[in-house]
Amino acid sequence: MKIPVSITINGRRYDRNVAPRLLLVHFIRDVLGLTGTKVGCDTSQCGACTVLLDGVSAKACTCLAVQADGTSITTIEGLAGDDGLHPLQESFWNKHGLQCGFCTPGMIMASHELLRCNPDPSAEEIRHGLEGNLCRCTGYQNIVRAVQDAAAGGSQ
Amino acid sequence: MYAPEFDYHRAGSVAEAAELLSKHPDSKLLAGGHSLIPILKVRLASPSALIDIGRIDSLRGISSDGGTIRIGSLTTHAELASSEVLNVAATALSEAAGMIGDPAVRNRGTIGGNVAHADPASDLPAVLACLGAEFVISGPEGERTVGASDFFEGLMTTAVGEQDILTRIEVPASGPGEGSAYAKFAHPASRYAVIGAAARIASSGGTCTGASVALGGLVPAPVRAGAVEQALVGGPLTEESIAAASSAVADGLDDDEVLGDVYASAGYRKAVAHIWVRRAITAAAGRSG
Ligand SMILES: Cc1cc2nc3c(=O)[nH]c(=O)nc-3n(C[C@H](O)[C@H](O)[C@H](O)COP(=O)(O)OP(=O)(O)OC[C@H]3O[C@@H](n4cnc5c(N)ncnc54)[C@H](O)[C@@H]3O)c2cc1C
Ligand code: FES
Ligand code: FES
Repeated sequence: MKIPVSITINGRRYDRNVAPRLLLVHFIRDVLGLTGTKVGCDTSQCGACTVLLDGVSAKACTCLAVQADGTSITTIEGLAGDDGLHPLQESFWNKHGLQCGFCTPGMIMASHELLRCNPDPSAEEIRHGLEGNLCRCTGYQNIVRAVQDAAAGGSQ
Repeated sequence: MYAPEFDYHRAGSVAEAAELLSKHPDSKLLAGGHSLIPILKVRLASPSALIDIGRIDSLRGISSDGGTIRIGSLTTHAELASSEVLNVAATALSEAAGMIGDPAVRNRGTIGGNVAHADPASDLPAVLACLGAEFVISGPEGERTVGASDFFEGLMTTAVGEQDILTRIEVPASGPGEGSAYAKFAHPASRYAVIGAAARIASSGGTCTGASVALGGLVPAPVRAGAVEQALVGGPLTEESIAAASSAVADGLDDDEVLGDVYASAGYRKAVAHIWVRRAITAAAGRSG
């Protein structure tokens, strides 16, 4: 069985026929070739696949492409504007919020959600808000600093 | 890993979902997908078809007539956690929903899927058992309402049959002098409940006039802690008396029933359960009166 879907990703609409079992993350990576979004686990726990689905964070490995039919999705590739990097991207760069970078797209999308719900979070609130995202490299300290920096408009 | 192949049908209404369920044997409802998709990915289930109820708007939202709060089965954990109505009149429920998994899980997972799946490590079953919730189920024979003690039948089994759709959950609103709370020992990696304790306390002038306490996480299906409730009612809500009442929790737990795993053995869970019971009762008592 193939189901027609129409999904807008980073402002561009894609019409495709997909198998019901196709995960949204595989639609994004394998069908569309947008490989910024990662797959880090089979258990919905690592957050490497985090995207914004109609503006709120979602794990693209725990959503079928058919469920996302008609929605509008933002991936890491869609965050930067014409005028350069998104403030979160700038802050992760400036505060060295990454080492290997594998978790970074998901971390940045989850941080986007965190700041949407709480524009001025404490360090503890940042750790709590990023609970669904695992990083094997940084020890999280610089990720917390990066989010604090972005919340402060890049002034820290 | 890829899930096994299945067909997909999207239902526009409860009636349509019921028709699709009866037309497709071996099919399963799909709500937020946050229990079902992980299971499909590791191939622990292989339904012939998924019936997606995720777009049925009549199953969404929270309303209250003062006495009863009605919660549509598709209401997400994030909506429960941020609901003003629940914050005031069923505090334990919004508190527990805010402790589920992580923000992305809370954005997609639903209350109906959570209780229909009835994972023993879920948070909401214990809260709903504590609050005396009723579950409205639509089935081939019409609509029926089931209380929490009949709804949760055992490990991952509920009163929801293969042809049934859980449409809403009704929770009595707390009245004056009542407060409720949820305390959770979360697994550090999965965030699921190792132990979850929910308490609803009524008090007057510092004396406990009513108590409901329920446990999840360490038992196959949520259980009320009757011995703790009895020890509380009629007594003062002081630190000492709450601690003494909480220590009765282990007596009410059947050793053959208590769950254990490599992270927390059954014996350990049973030994420390009183701590979370005490925390839930203390917070609920603070919100009562
Ligand atoms: C990483 C992660 C962490 C989590 N942590 C926690 C946690 O800490 N605490 C916790 O409580 N939960 C946790 N969960 C589970 C989460 O709460 C799920 O959202 C919930 O258990 C299932 O809801 P759903 O809408 O996603 O249901 P689905 O996955 O779509 O469905 C689950 C089951 O219920 C059935 N079903 C769904 N809706 C209905 C209905 N209306 N009528 C009849 N049957 C129905 C489906 O057929 C299926 O069998 C976690 C999940 C993940 C992925
Ligand atoms: S890939 Fe790990 S949570 Fe999605
Ligand atoms: S930077 Fe390597 S996993 Fe986070």
